[in-house]
Amino acid sequence: MSKTRVVVTGLGVCAPNGVGIDAFTEALMQGKSGIRFFSELEKLKFSCQIGGMPLISETIKSNYFTPLQLRNFNSAGILYGVVAGVEAWQDAGLPIDEETCDFDSGTIFGVGSLGVDKYRESIYKIDEGNTRRLGSTSVQQTMSSGVSAYLGGMLGLGNLVTSNSAACTTGTEAILMAYERIKYGKAKRMLAGSSSDGGPYVWGGFDALRILPSKFNDQPTQASRPMAADAAGFVPGCGAGALMLESLESAQERGATIYAEILGGSSNSGGQRNEGSMTAPNPIAVRRCIEDAVSDAEIEASAIEVINGHLTATTKDGLEIENWSKALGRSGVDFPYINSLKGMTGHCLAASGSIESVASVLELKQQFLFPNVNLNEVHPEILEHISESRIPKKKTPLAFNYLAKASFGFGDVNCCLIFKSF
Amino acid sequence: MSQDIYPQLKEIIQPYLPEDVNPDAISPESHLVTDLNINSTHLVDIVLDVEDAFDITIEDDELDKMETVSASISLIEQKLAAR
Repeated sequence: MSKTRVVVTGLGVCAPNGVGIDAFTEALMQGKSGIRFFSELEKLKFSCQIGGMPLISETIKSNYFTPLQLRNFNSAGILYGVVAGVEAWQDAGLPIDEETCDFDSGTIFGVGSLGVDKYRESIYKIDEGNTRRLGSTSVQQTMSSGVSAYLGGMLGLGNLVTSNSAACTTGTEAILMAYERIKYGKAKRMLAGSSSDGGPYVWGGFDALRILPSKFNDQPTQASRPMAADAAGFVPGCGAGALMLESLESAQERGATIYAEILGGSSNSGGQRNEGSMTAPNPIAVRRCIEDAVSDAEIEASAIEVINGHLTATTKDGLEIENWSKALGRSGVDFPYINSLKGMTGHCLAASGSIESVASVLELKQQFLFPNVNLNEVHPEILEHISESRIPKKKTPLAFNYLAKASFGFGDVNCCLIFKSF
Repeated sequence: MSQDIYPQLKEIIQPYLPEDVNPDAISPESHLVTDLNINSTHLVDIVLDVEDAFDITIEDDELDKMETVSASISLIEQKLAAR
């Protein structure tokens, strides 16, 4: 394995509680919720009528897209991904060259469901026998690689331009794969991120599974309660997050600002064996994934100071804490600090891993912990493993160096990353 | 007739011009793809917009009759006359 070190030099985000790094940082510090009531969901008789969706003004749109690109444009996931991706590129101080293609830069930008509203619009036309009236852009707005394709053209990327998909692990996995590509010397710079559509046609399936909270329609900001004794299910969200990854050499040559270093990571699957299934994790695999990430980073488990959990506010939060505790061999007051962004944003599905990684990197860079919101009483199952003092309920300044971030997804897939301050 | 069609067609074409092409560059002789640099995939959008604006139908095999501004005007005139 080469000794190439990989660092984060740019961030971009399109989150329910903040669009753009400045607004998002402010939201993190203040514990601001991005969960809102949607009358459309009420009209459609959803049990859960709330969700997290980024608010994007026409001005922001026109900063990132030409009027021609916005003509017949109806793909929220591409909108979020482009806003976050281009922000991360520009935040890294990288130029947009309209003439030449940059063979040293690529992107892995994952998606779950993409262009659902555009698809719906097209399906209506097709069913009416009007296929010829779809226009020229229905393919690019609905293909799984839509975000990476738009970004590739806007930024002139000439290295790998692709999209991964692994349910709620997608974003974390994209970062790991992009990290590995740089580590292997196949690219100097990779834009890593993920994006998810939202709204009724994406969230409906989860509503049907009865795993979303239905009692908070009149108090949306209180609904997402990770780790709480009264957690009532996850609040669906959407958006995008993006991290500009770069070899340390390239970053230093450019004199770029370095937010953090990625030390390593691991991805695996529980094979839907043991207690694992399409929708539930195999705990053996989760623990192994965390252990492998720590060993890949060449650190001791005792070095981890902060965990950014997956912690969706379902009944599985207790099991996740138990898995972290067993994998790291740490419990009680010896357990790292742990927080979950989902209290503020809801569960942004395929975008969750990247948005939460952006939050993690901001915590490392600015040396603080964002608060676990809506957490009055910690779930007793969690307290069987760790001390309540490890779960900050307020924004907490903290000098620390090592953070572990993990995401788990349908299909029994897991991914864990280890970040270090730089 | 073409006196009325030309300004309307110019307006239809304008949004599809690349950012570095000035709308003033549109002339009756302009070839949509080679002169005006319009991405050829957008020709299908221009056809749809023309169909809506003039309430006509342009068949798929007539697309090659819309390569230049003046050829497009002739095709539209022909369609309007046949209505």
